Amino acid sequence: MTVVVVLFSFVAVLALVLILGNLVVKGASSIDWAFFTRNPVPAGQSGGGVANAIVGTGIIVGLAALIGVPIGVGAGMYLAEYGSGRLGFLVRFIADVLNGTPSIVVGIVGWTFIVKPTRGYSALAGSVALAILMIPMLARTTEEMVRLVPHSLREAALALGYPRWRTSLKIVARTALGGIVTGCLVGIARVAGETAPLLFTALGNLNFSVDITQPIQTLSLQIYVYATGPFEEWHRLAWASALVLMALVLVISIAARWVTRQRYGRFR
Amino acid sequence: MVASANARLRLEAAHLTALFGQHRAVRDVSLLFPAHTVTAIIGPSGCGKSALLRCLNRMHELTPGASVQGEVLLDNVNIYAANVSPIELRRRIGMVFQRPTPFPTMSIYDNVAAGLRVNGHRRRLDVDDAVGLALQQAALWDEVKDRLHTSALALSGGQQQRLCIARAVAPQPEILLLDEPTASLDPAGTQRIEELCHALKRLYTIVIVTHNMQQAARVSDYTAFMYLGSLIEVGKTNEIFTKPKVEQTEAYITGRFG
Repeated sequence: MTVVVVLFSFVAVLALVLILGNLVVKGASSIDWAFFTRNPVPAGQSGGGVANAIVGTGIIVGLAALIGVPIGVGAGMYLAEYGSGRLGFLVRFIADVLNGTPSIVVGIVGWTFIVKPTRGYSALAGSVALAILMIPMLARTTEEMVRLVPHSLREAALALGYPRWRTSLKIVARTALGGIVTGCLVGIARVAGETAPLLFTALGNLNFSVDITQPIQTLSLQIYVYATGPFEEWHRLAWASALVLMALVLVISIAARWVTRQRYGRFR
Repeated sequence: MVASANARLRLEAAHLTALFGQHRAVRDVSLLFPAHTVTAIIGPSGCGKSALLRCLNRMHELTPGASVQGEVLLDNVNIYAANVSPIELRRRIGMVFQRPTPFPTMSIYDNVAAGLRVNGHRRRLDVDDAVGLALQQAALWDEVKDRLHTSALALSGGQQQRLCIARAVAPQPEILLLDEPTASLDPAGTQRIEELCHALKRLYTIVIVTHNMQQAARVSDYTAFMYLGSLIEVGKTNEIFTKPKVEQTEAYITGRFG
């Protein structure tokens, strides 16, 4: 039994090692200063970088977090503190369904409700699609984190004459803050690598752009285009982009762990 | 009832019934808590003593499905009257729970100041003074004065409980409710809390719920014995423990049941 379990865990770890190893072998050699600072060059030429995609990823994920974090965390607070009634049940159910929705469907929704009415693909539409993916994740993790706060703390605050809303914000939310921040970072890391919802919303852009009303490039879209293209040079850049995206997600995940560790370390 | 003609009336429960749904946890209890005395409520587990205590600062009604019938009079005003705000009320009545509940994200100083700040005291010097005074009243000042701005969770269990007492007395309430405050403490910690009860009754009217009869005998002026939600007997502590009038009380304090 133990042997089987150890074997399976080994296989699970092996997958990550293989992915990372493969990316480093095929991508690392293409990463240089120009990769980060230059924009793509016309097809067929060599050189160029993915500066536009890196900046675009930052803009689109940042904007998605700006939209998604307040709504997701707010909904989670509501569910944990006031969500025992029928409305709470409904919100929880919808969040669960939304959590299981394939991301490409969210992309089509973004296209239908934002791209079509505004007559144009845009970074903003992509951010909204990513935010829609983030909100149910954040709502449920926030709810769980807030529920972990002992009931006795709530009572202690109420007995001191704290109004209920102030108990929720000053005592409960602050106590759960480490967990909520971790949840947000994990949510951001997850959507940072999304491609499908962006195909119909942000579209991609071979030029450098910071205009959120225009199509924008992201690392994931860049990988999609370059990896499926015919040129050796593109494949090289796709591998390198994949390595950078993977590293980005890894850094965010590690930051999330670090925030949690801080919390326990400080109050041990 | 308690023969307390001399003591000024502060708090009184009148025909108080506390319900959890249909279950009556406290049944028609009338009880006087004379000012500047310690009243102990004793009785076996589940006798309704904690529920009674939680009715005195309207914490009972926060439990889903819980409700209260009858009156609790604070200076002759029914605290369950429609125009009484439970939030304002709880600022006049401090409470300390079974387990220490320091706010984990706050420093020692901020824990004690929490009740002051929610009361609207924001001037730095006032808060400094009140925090110092509260920590002295809770006999914790000497142990924490050099680390006021460190985490409250670094304190020992007994210190944390005294911190909670400091937090409860900092806004200068009129009444102090203690719900088995030494249940999770070692003998040394218990002794310090009991000493505090003696010292603090000059300033506050204290009601302490305890399942430890020796503790009731040591700290209280009056003792009320509850059983199955009803008040069986109440009187001066030395009389309750030496010559109880009711058979059930005698059986409980001599350890024949409970």
